[in-house]
Amino acid sequence: MRALLMGPVFLIASCLAAAAQIADPTVTINDKFVERIDIGISTNEIAIASDFSGADITVFGAIDRADELLLATFAYDVVVSLEGPRLPTTVRRKERVAGIWVNRHSISFSPVPASYSMSSTRPLGNITNMMELASRDIGIDNIRLVPTGHIGDGSRLTEFRDALRRIKQIGGLYQRDPTGVQFISKALFKASVRLPANIPVGEHQVRAVLYKNGEFVMEKVIPLRVVKTGLEQFIFNLAHVHSFFYGLIAVMIAVVTGWLGSVIFRKD
Amino acid sequence: MDARGRKVTIYLPIAELSVNVFVILGMGAAVGFLSGMFGVGGGFLITPLLIFYNIPPAVAVATGANQVVASSVSGALAHFRRGTLDIKLGLVLLAGGLIGATVGVQIFSALRRLGQLDLIISLLYVVFLGSIGGLMLWESVNSIRRAAKNGPVSLRKPGQHNWVHRLPFKMRFKRSKLYLSVIPIIVLGFAIGILTSVMGVGGGFIMVPAMIYLLRIPTSVVIGTSLFQIIFVTAFTTVVHATTNFSVDIVLAWLLMIAGVVGAQYGVRVGQKMRGEQLRAGLALLVLAVGIRLGLGLVIPPDEVYSVISGSFGF
Repeated sequence: MRALLMGPVFLIASCLAAAAQIADPTVTINDKFVERIDIGISTNEIAIASDFSGADITVFGAIDRADELLLATFAYDVVVSLEGPRLPTTVRRKERVAGIWVNRHSISFSPVPASYSMSSTRPLGNITNMMELASRDIGIDNIRLVPTGHIGDGSRLTEFRDALRRIKQIGGLYQRDPTGVQFISKALFKASVRLPANIPVGEHQVRAVLYKNGEFVMEKVIPLRVVKTGLEQFIFNLAHVHSFFYGLIAVMIAVVTGWLGSVIFRKD
Repeated sequence: MDARGRKVTIYLPIAELSVNVFVILGMGAAVGFLSGMFGVGGGFLITPLLIFYNIPPAVAVATGANQVVASSVSGALAHFRRGTLDIKLGLVLLAGGLIGATVGVQIFSALRRLGQLDLIISLLYVVFLGSIGGLMLWESVNSIRRAAKNGPVSLRKPGQHNWVHRLPFKMRFKRSKLYLSVIPIIVLGFAIGILTSVMGVGGGFIMVPAMIYLLRIPTSVVIGTSLFQIIFVTAFTTVVHATTNFSVDIVLAWLLMIAGVVGAQYGVRVGQKMRGEQLRAGLALLVLAVGIRLGLGLVIPPDEVYSVISGSFGF
């Protein structure tokens, strides 16, 4: 049923040298632990074609140097998220003015992920405490929403933040699957994250975080570009870069379509 | 199943969302049918329908204007062949229309920055559709009554002049057999130009009654002339929206046009079998219905009082 546009994804579960990872800015490591997490996706680019209706991305990963006993007792937890490009975002609230519902108040937030899809081995609350999750922006409720500019007395801020998260979830842009990460063999796992149909184009990030008994072990980030392809990309570029020319083409198409209609169906 | 699922949706590159092709084609065909039947551009139906279908209003308006270009070309060509259009009058209207459209796009951009664009679009639709629909219904019901009594059905009362005909800068319009000041024509064109760029309509539903009742232009040339003017004003508006708001979706517009042009042909055939005053009453009811639907949207408490705008068009 689901029309999927995605790359099947594979992982080369290689044992990377820890030394090589330290210099890597996409990696954060808690030196207390020896375990390392690595993830892979088959493609670093998702193409949006004219029939795009969303895609499931499968991320494969492995825990290196994992303790066999701890693996067997499910002491390791993995959270995989796919975060969209950060965009300045404004939340507006309607109020009744003279019988009509009008946008009255608004709060702007400094760039917020346009989309956020998260998978984890267990519900986040069972993995670790809220403080830890919040400090790493993990989970829909922990996405940092920092207001910019005027916020009034700030009493409404919570409502506006909740509204943003709620609307993004209803629209399918923010979603979570608390059991979406599954171990397929001892230290090998796969996670599935969803790209909604109304996905914003741009630089997305696949982020995997490893926890051991509730303690942060390591985080790894890999980029995923979402681009429009072929005609869609061409039209988008034309409209934004050569907008006057694009406008003329839009008019020409309309004139020709209208003219053809009158010629084809001409009765006299 | 998978292949079918793929065919149904199409990604709109400017609106940046996927829509059901058949819904868009159906909308275009239905509006085309009605516009062919009643002889209107259909922009005043397309734009609200697109908004009801969750297309961002900024895209709906600009794309609606683009779609009206196609339907007006189709209609105007037919009138051109029959000679039922006054090009000189059309050009004077156009002069006002282009200035109006330029001003209108500036208003549009400013409203968008303020976050009040959706509200103003809806309010304008409610006010214009409500009043025009009401007036048309009243007029056509009276005509139907008079026709039932076998009384004369005439819209234009020759020899009867109003204040419009006392204005200076008169010009002779041979085709319309009129000697009329250019001021009310340019003002009318200007007002319609603003509406075109803010509401995404051709404005025929306002221009036609204004030309008939206010300027006393013969009914025979009114529709052809207004279509002629609408082509250029909507074309101009399309280009200006494309360059200032980047909100013209060519894919969406083209789907609407194709379906609309085909639908219009069937509408014309049905329309020819109906009487003028019945047609006007039908159009009036349609206009009122769209106006009321939009009006309810403003008054009924919304399910969600919050809205999120991120990136260009929100969500």
